[in-house]
Amino acid sequence: MKDRYDVIVVGAGPAGSMTAKTAANEGLDVLLIEKRQQIGDPVRCAEGVNKEYLKEFIQPDPAWISAEVKGSKIYAPDGAMVEMGEELSGSEVGYVLERKVFDRALARDAALAGAEVMVKTRATGLLMEDGFVKGIKAQHMGEKYNIRADIVVGADGVESKVGRWAGIDTTLKPKDICTCAQYIMTDIDIDTDFCKFYLGHKIAPLGYIWVFPKGNNMANVGIGITGNMSGEVRAKELLDDFVQKRYPGGKVIEFIVGGVPVCGTIERTVANGLMLVGDAARQSDPVTGGGIFNSIWAGDIAGKVAANAIKHSDVSAGFLQEYETKWRAELGRDLDMSLVVKERFTRLTDDELNTLGHSLEGIDLDSVSLIGLLWALFKANKKLLWDLRSIFKGIKEIEMEASVEVNS
Amino acid sequence: MTVEVNRFKCGYCGACVSVCPSGALELIETWIEVDKTCTDCGICAGICPVGALEVPE
Repeated sequence: MKDRYDVIVVGAGPAGSMTAKTAANEGLDVLLIEKRQQIGDPVRCAEGVNKEYLKEFIQPDPAWISAEVKGSKIYAPDGAMVEMGEELSGSEVGYVLERKVFDRALARDAALAGAEVMVKTRATGLLMEDGFVKGIKAQHMGEKYNIRADIVVGADGVESKVGRWAGIDTTLKPKDICTCAQYIMTDIDIDTDFCKFYLGHKIAPLGYIWVFPKGNNMANVGIGITGNMSGEVRAKELLDDFVQKRYPGGKVIEFIVGGVPVCGTIERTVANGLMLVGDAARQSDPVTGGGIFNSIWAGDIAGKVAANAIKHSDVSAGFLQEYETKWRAELGRDLDMSLVVKERFTRLTDDELNTLGHSLEGIDLDSVSLIGLLWALFKANKKLLWDLRSIFKGIKEIEMEASVEVNS
Repeated sequence: MTVEVNRFKCGYCGACVSVCPSGALELIETWIEVDKTCTDCGICAGICPVGALEVPE
């Protein structure tokens, strides 16, 4: 470890490792720190990702692909099922990853690109001078260090402190976090071709239960519920109820808990000498909770903007605004749309969810986008989903129609 | 008084840290630490997926 770098990235999840890799590839002197001893563990994630999107950033490796899936099946409370093809499911299916191996592969890529990596190293504060972030206070093996950098990138996950230290309020309200529990289960009979989602206020209040195939008779079975529904009942208890009913003979070989931001875009993700990426920037999707691809995509932008800022000797919030503008232009718009969908869907009763499920039951929605699914639901249930009309503005009806290939 | 963390239940996911309005919680490797700024508001205890946090009576 040196006493100064161009960029320090706090957190070696997908967002941090991608930022570090891109920044190092751009020729910057980069330090990537991870507070845990092991990168990628525990995963805190359902591990689904759209494979076509992912391929843009990392060469697929069988070592971190647990399973490939054809699509998703979504179950309404009464069992009505809507089947979606791979592309329709947005960024949630395609590959079911082995995150432990995947996260390590991304960190390795960052290291091979030239970044220095330190594990069991925690940021405990920021070095601030004249309103600029100038590095971090860190702790490694009980020793304290001050490490200077022109830019600090906070990729420190749902529990992010980096933003707060720089004056960006990233505190989540209970309704803005999904509280999750999941098992890796084995010795169960599962559909290996589809990721399954179960909706309903009784089984998963303001959330859903997922069953993702992991290959070799294993599955990632988990639940996420909105934080304000947690307390009287908890994610783990509800998951146990589901598992006992659905997979009574199944065996649990891993238990993981986690929190996922579902708040939508926050006010800002840059400050003087600082950028936030991934869950720390609340870039996960408010409807699905998915964030792996978003993190990688935003991390790549952050790495490039960091290089540009350092080249121009300007790391002010004004210059780093380029990152903010770029990620908001595409991802921000998607997150805003998802937030509208989330607000509507969380107010639906189980009966209304059943109505939606039945309206598309028996129809294979193949090769369509998420907006296409919503459009199909909207057209069949205009009264119920009238609040969603704003999300279709600016998108030509013909495009949405074209994106829905209905094979009945 | 500060919120109490049952380390034997805690899955060290950090969900509680993200909702703490005063920033009193910190996830350190595999455990949660609570500092003096804790106001006993109980928000963390509510959202914990396993019920590992408790506000003392």
